[in-house]
Amino acid sequence: MCYVASMIDDDHSAPLLRVRGITKSFAGVQALQGVDLDVRAAEVHCVLGQNGAGKSTLIKVLSGVHHPDGGVIRWQGDEVTIAHPVAALGMGIATMYQELDVVDGLTIAENIFLGHERAAGGVLKVAEANRAARELLVRLGHGNLSPSTEVGRLSAANKQIVSMARALSHDTKLIIMDEPSAVLDSEEVRNLFRVIRELTAQGVAVVYISHRLEEIRQIGDRITVIKDGRSMAVGLSAQDTPTAELITLMTGRAVANVFPDRVPVPADAPVLIDITGLGLRGQFADVSLSVRAGEIVGLAGLVGSGRSEILETIYGARKATAGQVTVTGSRLTAGSVRAAVHAGIGLAPEERKSQGLILDEQVYRNVTLATFARFARGGFLDERRERQVSLEQMNALELRPADPDRATRTLSGGNQQKVLLARWLVHGTKVLLLDEPTRGVDVGARAEIYALIRRLAAAGTAIILVSSEIEEVIGLADRVLVIGDGEVLSTTDADAIDERGVLDLVMKGAAT
Amino acid sequence: MSEQNEAVTAGDQTQPPSGVGQKSVGQNRPSVFRRILSGSVGRNLGLVIALVLLGIVGTITAGDRFASVDNLLTIIRFASIIGVISIGLTFVITAGGIDLSVGSVMGLSTVVASLAAVQAAATQSSWILMVLIPLGVGLAAGLVNGIVIAYGNVVAFMATLAMLVAARGLAELISGRRTQIVIETGFLQFTRSDVIGVPLLIWIFLIVAVLAWFLLNRTTFGRRTVAIGGNREATRLAGIRVKRHLVYVYLLSGLTAGIAGIMMLGRTTAGTSTHGGLYELDAIAAVVVGGTLLIGGRGTIVGTVLGVLIFSTLTNVFTQNNLDTSVQQITKGLIIVIAVLLQQRFASRGPSGT
Repeated sequence: MCYVASMIDDDHSAPLLRVRGITKSFAGVQALQGVDLDVRAAEVHCVLGQNGAGKSTLIKVLSGVHHPDGGVIRWQGDEVTIAHPVAALGMGIATMYQELDVVDGLTIAENIFLGHERAAGGVLKVAEANRAARELLVRLGHGNLSPSTEVGRLSAANKQIVSMARALSHDTKLIIMDEPSAVLDSEEVRNLFRVIRELTAQGVAVVYISHRLEEIRQIGDRITVIKDGRSMAVGLSAQDTPTAELITLMTGRAVANVFPDRVPVPADAPVLIDITGLGLRGQFADVSLSVRAGEIVGLAGLVGSGRSEILETIYGARKATAGQVTVTGSRLTAGSVRAAVHAGIGLAPEERKSQGLILDEQVYRNVTLATFARFARGGFLDERRERQVSLEQMNALELRPADPDRATRTLSGGNQQKVLLARWLVHGTKVLLLDEPTRGVDVGARAEIYALIRRLAAAGTAIILVSSEIEEVIGLADRVLVIGDGEVLSTTDADAIDERGVLDLVMKGAAT
Repeated sequence: MSEQNEAVTAGDQTQPPSGVGQKSVGQNRPSVFRRILSGSVGRNLGLVIALVLLGIVGTITAGDRFASVDNLLTIIRFASIIGVISIGLTFVITAGGIDLSVGSVMGLSTVVASLAAVQAAATQSSWILMVLIPLGVGLAAGLVNGIVIAYGNVVAFMATLAMLVAARGLAELISGRRTQIVIETGFLQFTRSDVIGVPLLIWIFLIVAVLAWFLLNRTTFGRRTVAIGGNREATRLAGIRVKRHLVYVYLLSGLTAGIAGIMMLGRTTAGTSTHGGLYELDAIAAVVVGGTLLIGGRGTIVGTVLGVLIFSTLTNVFTQNNLDTSVQQITKGLIIVIAVLLQQRFASRGPSGT
């Protein structure tokens, strides 16, 4: 750490990267309207901003994908033009995109040297590439990964390591990481941070893009906040800047990032869903819980603990091998999504884009995906009514923009989540299964989603909630089930447990 | 005129019921233009322009031989059989699948319907038998395709490739590789009849196209088809029986192959295992040039019909000018590539998120 501090001091006068007044517009839309950024060597510089603030455009300008319309980029003191991505790599700027750009069919070593293969006269030098790859992996603290392993068999976290190793293979001085934690669970995030620290200790600077304030506190040195294509604050201290100030800078308004108050569930509220002894061979066993109208039950646990599988099995998307699910008195057919939907269960899946939405279709068609047949007469669609019903729900959920004909792809994460909620509200769903409802939703919109979930419960919906953010589960749920290795480790009132308590349970579960 | 209509209806649809008023109209304006340009109107406009250009070239080079009512009917009649097949295929491709077996299933249906025993039975009972049998053959092949693909989880490309080969083989086997002449007069009279001066083949094409347009754009069947092609998993998780629907879609494709078989029998007065060779490729070309996305999720019947007409007009222009068919093939290839390149421009279906 002393080393790190001295590096920062040495370069204090001349930052590694100095960006002033960058502007960029696309077909008349001003994506960047003046962004400043200073990155020093060996620091983790966080760029914070809501979806659509211009973070992605900024990254692409720095990595040579886009050319800025105006402004100055100074790299190691000299004014530069970053002509194309290869030029950026040549200068020592590497970018890790959110969608990991690794090739599944190639080995780790082949991925690391993709585009600059170790070869002589077109013949690959496999052994040398493997040796060089191993050195890079060791540098990243992952000497346990074998360079000849096929990347398709790696976890998302390890793919990220490969991506990072590739970045380092170019004698890199600055790595831009676009939401690297989005695909990781908390344990993997800790590991990622360790790797980032090792990088900065070697003098490499990191530009870290994230929504998650907690992470920025942990890993960041300084923060630049971007809003509407402008830098609102440059080089704030990551440790000392109050959360409220950051949120205000990001959203332009003061937002309390708190969970809404719980509404006590009436003692006579009917049980809407009753699950007994549910199991899926090889995944989880003996899960029993019942949820009453107006109640939110949260499932907490690490990724791989079986949380999502439990939800999917309740929903019938996976066929249970044991136990049963009863909704308002009638037992569901195992493995039938249709039966579950019919009985009044709705799922907002974990992978919103791949499992929940038809991104290229209009919003109203996504809202009525479970109900369009109901509005149809004799097989003929009633699109007028579909639009009308969709718009009613969109307004009720404050989905913006309230245009049923817009392509769903163009909505922000929070609004896409609302499309899914609207789908089930139109359907008249009594039991909602929410899997990671705030994944990919920015901070400003999160509070809104939380309030919405609470409101749905207050209106009499039974909700089962899964989230990898433990504080979210505890903050929202009335009751918390801690899941570890496919088993229910404990069931408690949310008041009676905190984040540490959940983690203790999980760790103990893992130890036995 | 039509542009104005489009703008008005789109405005109505997106107008929120309460309040927001002025602002929302302002927001809608660019999106209406974008919708016109990138929507079905814009893409079909390109096809219409291409068709008109071909017509101009035809008129200039071949004069009255090209620009006559007779020749126009020839072009459409020429397009009708492949057109019916392409319309069925449009549903399959929109649902994210592919059906390579359409041509050979059509061939098989002509062979079965023109068997001596079948023709004798038809003469004894009714010529309708020779209409029903090709439909039955098409539906049976579609059912097998659908079940193997949906429930057997076999990739559509391979399942229908297997059907292509097997149906061709079966047709050769039962016909002994001989051409079977249609002698059933009732059937011939029916298929070779004119209604209001327009050949029956063209009427069938027209009726199939209109019904298909309704089916794809106005019914729950069409919505399910588009939804499955757009995102199969999301559609399944919304409670739609995806597998069952896929079987229906392949059944439909088989049915149109059977209809095409009836038309082929009528036009050529013969059933043979070689009927429909490489039709699957012509059909795929027409569907994709028409604007249906090969990866599914977006389909257009109007586009498919225009695509088929473009290719048959092209062939006609070349024939009228006694030009080499090889040059025609090259032109066809160029058209396919240019059409797909233009489509990508308009569809603006860029990679997500990045």
